[in-house]
Amino acid sequence: MSDERHEHRDLASETSEGSQELGPRQSTAPAELGRETGSFLRLPESHPAGDLGDIDIEHPDDETMIINMGPQHPSTHGVLRLMMELDGETVLRTKPVIGYLHTGMEKTGEELTYVQGATNVTRMDYLSPLSNELVYALATEALLGVELPPRAVWIRMLLAELQRVSSHLMWMATNGMDLGSTTMMIFGFRERELCLAFFEKTTGLRMNHDFIRPGGTAADLPDGWEDDVAVICDTVIARLDDYDELLTGQPIFRERVEGVGAITADEALALSATGPILRSAGVPWDLRRTMPYLAYDEVDFDVIVGTYGDNFDRYAVRLNEIRESIRIVRQVVEKMPGGPYRVLDKKVTPPPRARIDESMEALIHHFKLFTEGIRVPEGEVYVAVESPRGELGCYMVADGTGKPYRMHIRAPSFVNLQSLPVMLHGGLVADAVASISSVDPVMGEVDR
Amino acid sequence: MSSPGEGSGGTLPDAADVGAGGAQDLVGGGLPEIGAAVTGTEGSVVYFPTRERYHDLLAALRDVDFELLTDLCGVDYLTHPGRDLPDGVAPERFELSVVLRSIARRLMVRVRVQVPEGDPEVASAWDLYPGSEAMEREAFDMYGIRFAGHPDLTRILMPEEWEGHPLRKDYGVGRVPVQFKEAPGPR
Repeated sequence: MSDERHEHRDLASETSEGSQELGPRQSTAPAELGRETGSFLRLPESHPAGDLGDIDIEHPDDETMIINMGPQHPSTHGVLRLMMELDGETVLRTKPVIGYLHTGMEKTGEELTYVQGATNVTRMDYLSPLSNELVYALATEALLGVELPPRAVWIRMLLAELQRVSSHLMWMATNGMDLGSTTMMIFGFRERELCLAFFEKTTGLRMNHDFIRPGGTAADLPDGWEDDVAVICDTVIARLDDYDELLTGQPIFRERVEGVGAITADEALALSATGPILRSAGVPWDLRRTMPYLAYDEVDFDVIVGTYGDNFDRYAVRLNEIRESIRIVRQVVEKMPGGPYRVLDKKVTPPPRARIDESMEALIHHFKLFTEGIRVPEGEVYVAVESPRGELGCYMVADGTGKPYRMHIRAPSFVNLQSLPVMLHGGLVADAVASISSVDPVMGEVDR
Repeated sequence: MSSPGEGSGGTLPDAADVGAGGAQDLVGGGLPEIGAAVTGTEGSVVYFPTRERYHDLLAALRDVDFELLTDLCGVDYLTHPGRDLPDGVAPERFELSVVLRSIARRLMVRVRVQVPEGDPEVASAWDLYPGSEAMEREAFDMYGIRFAGHPDLTRILMPEEWEGHPLRKDYGVGRVPVQFKEAPGPR
């Protein structure tokens, strides 16, 4: 017994590299402190984006204080814990400590068949579940080598863009609340409700839809969907003007966000940030435009970029991306092709319910698909889509069975969190709340 | 299966004898060739450098405008050893999969590095791409792959006193008892 415990202790020390927390200055090595004080960007001195000349390594320890923000804090959007070193009210160093919501979803993904897998990934980024299902389905289809029917492609685009609208509206709401505008909070939730009602009508659920599946979608769009979508488009576009009046031109709001939490394009690129953070710094990088997937090369839309990379630019980028998404949705409604919404391949798509009563073959296919899953040939693939938060990638390795051998999700929030210490450095602790909000982290996706 | 450390540096065949041609042909020139095997077609080039040349390859790619390291993750091939690799690349238990993007040229390049089980250590990409920090910590946490030169190689998703690396294929799932039913009350 004591031997076993001794063994365990050895394993623990062997597989641990020490503390995850932000240490006090006295117990931190000078070089490490230099990097951390620089903003915790952890840039090497030689890196062009790093300017570590003005670091005060000899900062006396008794003048600063390390405080925890989170993991239970109303404005950290979940269980995000930030350790901040403060000098008075100025933030010097920041370190995000994550993992509080880790549930091993990538491990779970190896135990679920390709048919079941979408139910797993859809719970990662719970504010844009359809994007997660989309990237999982695209990765599986890339390995299968199947060609989607056009209607499935356009249904996916419609849902992905409405998802972007609903996710950005949710961000507008929470950002408004973080800045003290409860009006914006109510407005954002009100408009998001329109999108969620449409998702419920289409997929049966408000979240975690499992609607976009390998091989197409689970069902066709409901009757009268064009009218529902038209109502959403008209209402949201009209309400966006209200937001402009409420926030964009309003001096109190602008004072609070302009010039706060700025990040340069070099820093954002070096830190692998994507999505609105990268675009707010002026880099026109949007996978829908630069590396098109689905049928995004057949619709017109603009890639919104900012200039200064501050909180206001990130607000403006997201606000205008809602307008662009509505523009795409209207084109999708116009161009929606007819035909099947699933691949007509018996080895990928389960047969319709009626066929099972008539055909033994259909019954066998149904049984095989739902017990063993789709047989995906050996291979590995990386597929990425532009989720509302940035590049959402799926790295999938197949070993020829019905389950993925490895399923890795490149979560945009997880990577984007690294830019938070840069944004917060030198700012006030009161502005930290606004900056955290502007990164738009979804902890389900960060911790997976 | 010999460890990639043996022999002289750059023992792998040049890209030119794999598939249709080297990286030059695949993307119309401009990609570095540093003695690493290359596969793929235009738009999806995959490099297979040795562990020793991995960092050099990243540096060479960064010099030709691959400014964004998008993704970095580990894979454990313990129960699936016979995977498809180009000639001259010896399969090892672990593999590191890296995705790089060039914003200026709208290209994606992937890098797959074989990492042996006995000494799972590769050079950190952090000095070239600071954004790889969290992703390398995740690969360490999940697979125990060590990154030489990483500034803060601690666990990121698991608690710091956790034992073992959960995404390894021989990790004991269910080792920690979890009570799913309602715990008995005080009475």
